[in-house]
Amino acid sequence: MNERVIQNGIGDRGCTPAPGIWPGLLLGLCLLLTGGISPAREAQPLIADPVIEARMAALGEELRCLVCQGQSIAGSDSDFAKDVKREMRAMMEDGRSDAEVAEFLVQRYGDFILFRPPVKGATILLWAGPFILLIIAVTILIVSLKRRGQRTAAMTLSSEEMRRAETLLDEKKSGKDT
Amino acid sequence: MKRVIPLAAFAVLVVFLGVGLMLDPSKVPSPLIDKPAPAFSLPQLHNASATISNSDMRGKVWLFNVWASWCVACRQEHPLLVELARRNVVPIVGLNYKDERAAAIRWLQDLGDPYVASGHDIEGRVGMDFGVYGVPETYVIDKQGFIRYKQIGPISPDALKNDILPLVEKLQGT
Repeated sequence: MNERVIQNGIGDRGCTPAPGIWPGLLLGLCLLLTGGISPAREAQPLIADPVIEARMAALGEELRCLVCQGQSIAGSDSDFAKDVKREMRAMMEDGRSDAEVAEFLVQRYGDFILFRPPVKGATILLWAGPFILLIIAVTILIVSLKRRGQRTAAMTLSSEEMRRAETLLDEKKSGKDT
Repeated sequence: MKRVIPLAAFAVLVVFLGVGLMLDPSKVPSPLIDKPAPAFSLPQLHNASATISNSDMRGKVWLFNVWASWCVACRQEHPLLVELARRNVVPIVGLNYKDERAAAIRWLQDLGDPYVASGHDIEGRVGMDFGVYGVPETYVIDKQGFIRYKQIGPISPDALKNDILPLVEKLQGT
């Protein structure tokens, strides 16, 4: 409990702040002072079932950590993410499908926990919005291109005007020569 | 017309962005509002052999307050809860969330115990059923056991006066 990072704001979340330069420097200093002799401890094998771990990683990437909202559940080390992962693992070991696990979490935390919310009434604008904007933009583009086409068409010269323009150009040329 | 369309589009954009700025992204609306509160039965903090469950509160309007002795923001709202309990406005059930029993009991001794009883949720499983993701959180639960309101973060005097107490009064009247 005492490793919890207490933050001001809404409540206590236990977000791990992005490590700055200090941990690296300290580590470097420690290595320097000990001459790098401290023997590394063997990593403990954490898991028995690689299939479940693969599913955990895949599904964890699809879920938003509500505490550190930019992060996924898989990528977050907050207490919240740890609890969610514990439940996910327990349910998977219990033989539940990914969809069931996701549904369990949506019932408790809402669609917001999904990075890709389902298409439904409340989210239809979210999904269709970009396409609607695209259609509007393409329509505006086509209309303005057509208008410009009409304007340039109106600017074509009649044969009479063409002759006048040529005489004017010729005059200028001959004038220059003299 | 040529000026009106871009201006209107800009106004719509401003409204959307303005609304977006007013929202607090750390407050995630609970999908449990107006749904039955998840069933739970937990050992009581002060008496591990007794339990507290939501069926104990059937027929009453009550507050369900998630707290912990390690939670700093809980200290901020705690005097309000103590005052509520002293005035007997509404019964408050505590959810002692991921806390050590001894530390929690000491915390209540120091700051006052406004709770009818506190359930000791050491694993945080009941908290998860309620969609707790930050402490403190407070739920208003009606006589039929439906969640009617969720306060995320400490209860402010404003939220208490303008949202929670009027709602409690209304629910108690029905």
